[in-house]
Amino acid sequence: MSKQYETVIGLEVHVELATKTKIFCGCSTEFGGAPNTHTCPVCTGQPGSLPVLNKQVVEYAMAIGVATNCDITPICKFDRKNYFYPDNPQNYQISQLYLPIAHDGYVEIEINGKKKKVRIHEMHMEEDAGKLIHDEWTNSSLVDYNRSGVPLVEIVSEPDMRNADEVMAYLEKLRLIIQYLGASDAKLHEGSMRADVNLSVREVGTEEFGTRTEMKNLNSFKAIARAIEGETKRQIELIEDGRKVVQETRRWDDNKESSHAMRSKEDAKDYRYFPEPDLVPISISKEWISEIKEKQPELREEKLARYKEEFEIPKYDAEILTGSKHLADIFEETTKLSGKPKKVSNWLMVEGLRLVKENNMEMEDIHFKPASLAIIIDLVDKGEINNQVAKEVFELVFKEDIDPEKYIEEKGLKSVNDTDELKKVVEEIIANNPKSVEDYHNGKEKAIGFLVGQTMKAMKGKANPGIVNKLLKELL
Amino acid sequence: MININELTALEIGEKIKNKEITVLETVDAFISQIEKVDKDVNSFITVDKEEARKKALLIQEKIDSGEISGPLAGVPIAIKDNISTKGLLTTCASKILDGYIPTFSATVIDNIEKAGMITLGKTNMDEFAMGSTTETSHYGETKNPWNLNHVPGGSSGGSCTSVASGEAPVSLGSDTGGSIRQPSSFCGVTGIKPTYGTVSRYGLIAYGSSLDQIGPIGKDVKDAVSLLSVISSYDEKDSTSVKRDDYDFTKYLVDDVKGMKIGVPRDYFTDDMDTEVKEKIYSAIKALEEKGAIVEEFNLSLVPFAIPAYYVIASAEASSNLERFDGVKYGFRAEDYDDLHSMYKKTRSEGFGSEVKRRIMLGSFVLSSGYYDAYYLKALKVKALIKEAFDKAFAKYDVIIAPAAPTVAPKLGESLKDPMKMYLSDIYTISVNLCGLPGMSVPVGKSEGGLPIGMQIIANRWDEANMIKTAFAYESTGEYEKCQMLKGGEA
Repeated sequence: MSKQYETVIGLEVHVELATKTKIFCGCSTEFGGAPNTHTCPVCTGQPGSLPVLNKQVVEYAMAIGVATNCDITPICKFDRKNYFYPDNPQNYQISQLYLPIAHDGYVEIEINGKKKKVRIHEMHMEEDAGKLIHDEWTNSSLVDYNRSGVPLVEIVSEPDMRNADEVMAYLEKLRLIIQYLGASDAKLHEGSMRADVNLSVREVGTEEFGTRTEMKNLNSFKAIARAIEGETKRQIELIEDGRKVVQETRRWDDNKESSHAMRSKEDAKDYRYFPEPDLVPISISKEWISEIKEKQPELREEKLARYKEEFEIPKYDAEILTGSKHLADIFEETTKLSGKPKKVSNWLMVEGLRLVKENNMEMEDIHFKPASLAIIIDLVDKGEINNQVAKEVFELVFKEDIDPEKYIEEKGLKSVNDTDELKKVVEEIIANNPKSVEDYHNGKEKAIGFLVGQTMKAMKGKANPGIVNKLLKELL
Repeated sequence: MININELTALEIGEKIKNKEITVLETVDAFISQIEKVDKDVNSFITVDKEEARKKALLIQEKIDSGEISGPLAGVPIAIKDNISTKGLLTTCASKILDGYIPTFSATVIDNIEKAGMITLGKTNMDEFAMGSTTETSHYGETKNPWNLNHVPGGSSGGSCTSVASGEAPVSLGSDTGGSIRQPSSFCGVTGIKPTYGTVSRYGLIAYGSSLDQIGPIGKDVKDAVSLLSVISSYDEKDSTSVKRDDYDFTKYLVDDVKGMKIGVPRDYFTDDMDTEVKEKIYSAIKALEEKGAIVEEFNLSLVPFAIPAYYVIASAEASSNLERFDGVKYGFRAEDYDDLHSMYKKTRSEGFGSEVKRRIMLGSFVLSSGYYDAYYLKALKVKALIKEAFDKAFAKYDVIIAPAAPTVAPKLGESLKDPMKMYLSDIYTISVNLCGLPGMSVPVGKSEGGLPIGMQIIANRWDEANMIKTAFAYESTGEYEKCQMLKGGEA
């Protein structure tokens, strides 16, 4: 390959909003109900039913728009996107084409200390479709409309990204903004955040864009990175071969690490968009926008700055903690209860992250009561349990959300702090380990560690290690 | 003995209240008239006899106990078959909704039930309200009770004939481009198309969403206005519903047009019109002038552009509104198909009639990429200009008087041969829908051939008051035959 190529990437990101009810009716958005139980005439497209816009959807969309530096459209409208498919009960999707709620924004990303703006072309609100279930047994298809009408926003970026790292940084940035706003849990692996990648390649130095393809079915950060790499390679090979890149939509198969064409531009559907006559235009006043701005919670950057100022924790820890709104919430709540930010941070960074990793979890999956961790920290500080016991208890708190005090009580895990009781055991250990005693007297400081260990073992781990140490030194 | 079928709805309500007649007697009187004449006139797709009788007893109790006391309590009503009725077949006169029973009722149905009115059944119409003759119904054509060889007009033909032939005291229709006013004119009844946003569309199976309104049909102005007051309401379930200060329109039933400024558009009363229709309306205008109204002719302008603009907008919306009828969820599904696509294609090919298909194709075409600007956007611009023309007129006049149709009811089988000609006959009614105005048709006499002629009164948005005053003042000038009581066997 003699020529130098550059990849040009733009993203279309769908985010499922965290409203309790659907975008155009009062049905619940909750996951997991029996098929077609979260439905009504509106979200199943019954004749004569009419959509009524959920105000919370507009407010979430405005909040995301404001946080991504977009202009909010003062009078925005919905349009119908017409296409036939059974998961779409009306055979049109209510979306926004002509006057989307937000446009012309950007987010700032940082790659190796270098900052870069990724521009946002527009963001619009729309409804999700239902789900088709293919029953091989009866050779038929069934439709579940529970997801039909769940609110989404689609954020369309400009083609400003040049590699997978920038794409990851951009997605991570969006995810954090949206999570911090509480507008969505934005989980890529669960589908509450989905990204389609528009990608083209061009020779370095050229101004014109190459022909782009759109890649769908990317449901993890890793899949996106692999798809970018694969598609870049595929397009360069085509060009090097003297062939042309065809403008088309492709589907990524992450198992095969390859993609196949779904439809070309020629087969592209004509969606016959037109203004939705069943909904009136939404008029967004400056006052309403200010209200949303005022209500905007602390975002990640602000939180990071505050952590540096308020808590004496390392920058790296603060970055990890604020890298998930959920983890930051746990940190702050535990700190509020215990008043010991450094210790809380340590527990979360060391034990917490270890358990997340071991159990193949996301930070968002952590579910334990912050009070439990505060209690554990307190008990350790008071010397009522030792570190070993604390770790054991924390693991159970983390995994099963047990009540730590009750557990410690029931299992009799409290440290033995009674000097007389411990003295007897220590004397016994000294008597039974003359070799170590001798080593200690010969200047082998390490030998005392062995003796402490022996004492702890004899005490089934419950001895107060500080007292044991002190006693050993005295008695030796 | 009183002939219940000849009474107005308000008279019936009064007599029930005074215990001169019972609700069941009333319901039975109309059911027996339906049984007698409906095989000739075909007003109804579905008659809900048993349920109506059951309801009659229930409503009687509520009236006796004083729980319901409105002027229309106990009065039966016929409902156009594009208005959803929970548990009762609702077809839009289309094969594609074969067997469709709604799981919910339209807001207007809730409203009439609250008023103690009793649904007799569902009336025939042009398929999906597309047509001006009630000949495109899957359930056969409806005939004009004044002459069974003529059409009743459409699309609310069945609703108008049911009132005109004594099968129902009042009825509900829907009006997208004249579908209440034109058949009212052809059948000699009074029909109102309210200001867009006055009556909830929730449960009305949409044809052209931005144009559709449900409205009342009655034997006289008082009945129609009383029913309008019952069905009008602000409805949170319809985003295009508008909260009005007052929903009691009966207070405008006053015989006073002194100083009322009436505009008569010169460009409506052209030579294309039947002379008989023109003369009857002119003499009605004269009668109003004699009562003190100030009448002036003026040029409305843009009249010929209303029809193309209307057919582009209505068809575009219809092409999308009717997408949900696909054989997947309800109604008709074709028998043999190979895959999803062929199921869609066969179901819709077999399920829709030709007029509906024509408008779906027209609507899909004007929305398709490359044509959207040239047709749909242009039509919206024309609509805005027509609105301006009406705004200008209403700056000068309180009401505008126009024909409801250029002719009396045509003969059966004539109109569908030339759809273009049929579309052109909507010229006096469609602008009202494009601009969201209220309009109503009141009978002003009959042609030599004995067919009714209606006059259309149009007012500015939210100004039903002047429209109703004008209509009531005219009605108070003289008598007209309130309904054509069929005896059965006329055919």
